[in-house]
Amino acid sequence: MTRDNSYQAVMARKNEIMKSSMGLDYETYRQGELAFDYERMMNDCGFTLEDIIRIQSETKVGNTPMFELHNLTAAVRKISAPGKGARIFVKDEAANASGSFKARRASISAYVAAQKGYKGVIAATSGNYGAAVASQAAQRGLKCIIVQEVFDSKGIGQPEIVEKGRKCEAFGAEVIKLSVGPELFYYLLLTLEETGFFNASLYTPFGIKGVESLGYELTHQIRNMTGKDPDAVMITHAGGGNLTGTARGMLAAGCNAQVIACSVDLSGLHMASDRDFNRKSFTTGHTGFGVPFATWPDRTDVPRNAARSMRYMDDYILVNQGEVFYITELLAKLEGIERGPAGNTSLTGAVSLAREMDADKIIVVQETEYTGAGKHHNSQLSFAQKMGIEVRRGNPEEGVNGKSIVIPERLAQVKGHRQDMEKLRLSYLKNAAKQLDPAKWTDIDRAFVAADVKKDLKWLDQALKQI
Amino acid sequence: MNEVKAGTWVEVEKILLTPEQRAPQVPEDTRHTPYVMRVAGFLTADSLYGTEVTVKTLSGRMVTGNLKVIHPHYTHSFGDTVEELLTIGIGGDI
Repeated sequence: MTRDNSYQAVMARKNEIMKSSMGLDYETYRQGELAFDYERMMNDCGFTLEDIIRIQSETKVGNTPMFELHNLTAAVRKISAPGKGARIFVKDEAANASGSFKARRASISAYVAAQKGYKGVIAATSGNYGAAVASQAAQRGLKCIIVQEVFDSKGIGQPEIVEKGRKCEAFGAEVIKLSVGPELFYYLLLTLEETGFFNASLYTPFGIKGVESLGYELTHQIRNMTGKDPDAVMITHAGGGNLTGTARGMLAAGCNAQVIACSVDLSGLHMASDRDFNRKSFTTGHTGFGVPFATWPDRTDVPRNAARSMRYMDDYILVNQGEVFYITELLAKLEGIERGPAGNTSLTGAVSLAREMDADKIIVVQETEYTGAGKHHNSQLSFAQKMGIEVRRGNPEEGVNGKSIVIPERLAQVKGHRQDMEKLRLSYLKNAAKQLDPAKWTDIDRAFVAADVKKDLKWLDQALKQI
Repeated sequence: MNEVKAGTWVEVEKILLTPEQRAPQVPEDTRHTPYVMRVAGFLTADSLYGTEVTVKTLSGRMVTGNLKVIHPHYTHSFGDTVEELLTIGIGGDI
């Protein structure tokens, strides 16, 4: 008997495919129409933080250096009001096996897949996560398939994604390259069904637990280096796993620093548009993922997303493409290190925020990533020019996404801007209300929703009147 | 004829969904294009370029598609020099 592999038929088989590809039954955590037991789901994977750190150390993950960026801090102080300009630190996550923090996220999934006897792992991602899964799978003796959105209808590949595909192949993975569209998930399901491999989704408890070691490590490193806790930790935000895992790890270390998200503002560009696909110079860490995932985490490839960023987010800074390119270049020129776009996004946010903070405060940029052909900012800008995008120096606020990139003329023009947190929370509530009429929410649902946006029931009652 | 020997590393292309079969939520400009997959593998039999062939991928799957590229390789680079970057962070005020 041949199976019906139409889009609708495969999507209808989603739940059974997910269950067999992870050995995880999400139904057991269900508490209501909206609510589920998030902490029990996170703890049920059975790993303590010590276990995570031990498993990661087996496959070249973790224990990455922390650097103070003295020269960049000095440059920021020059353009700040007297007494302002916080100390900027960066955690060099590029030192992980696959060149980014994503190795943490992949490490536990690969370990679990091997323990449970799966022959291989599959992940759907165009990001560093693919290379991370491939690298971890290689070390655990597992086969690996990475499903990527790579090229537009003219067959032109985004250079950064092409590079990430190359890296996956370098670690022995099969790379399935797809054209633009949300049907990536459809093809992931088909491939899981065909192979019986483990679904190394970005959004499982394993993925997020793996990042907790990052928050834990950074807290202890800053304590050792400065004798105090960081005041703010800036986290590049897309799907929410980086922020969620890091914040949970910080809390485990007893650190209550401000948790601040940062994304590249790509407003005006549609994420599933064939035309827009190659007119954005950032493939992740942008608002096209950051905002929808913050305001409704359960839009992903698992039934309940373990990455729930609004539970931990205190603030959200947006930066534009030109600002990040400027800071990327400045990092090389002032600090003598070349790093890739993801960490440089949060570094740009940190520069803009450091100007407002007192000089004795500490802000930590919690990741870097590798760079190279395709990922390098010169490569992205050169590609943008070929796609008809104007690149010039000037006031970065004048840049129009998809049309122009304006690189600041000087550091003082790197300002970023704040995303309205209250608006994000209300947007989350509207999405929750679409799932179930708030009049029908039980007390457990109400408590869950409030916790999911880091607020209390009193706030919830007021906020529900506004949507 | 352009015969390609079995065992050659090639890339095949396959239309997974025609425009009519695509997901309902895709935006207008994407909806008019087919959903296309490309994957590389070792050719399982002597074949002609541009015909339907089967490859064995790195994970061991057998995939059928149109033979598009022989010896696929990467050409991405650091791009043409973008002069707007060169003066950042050198000399004087930043």
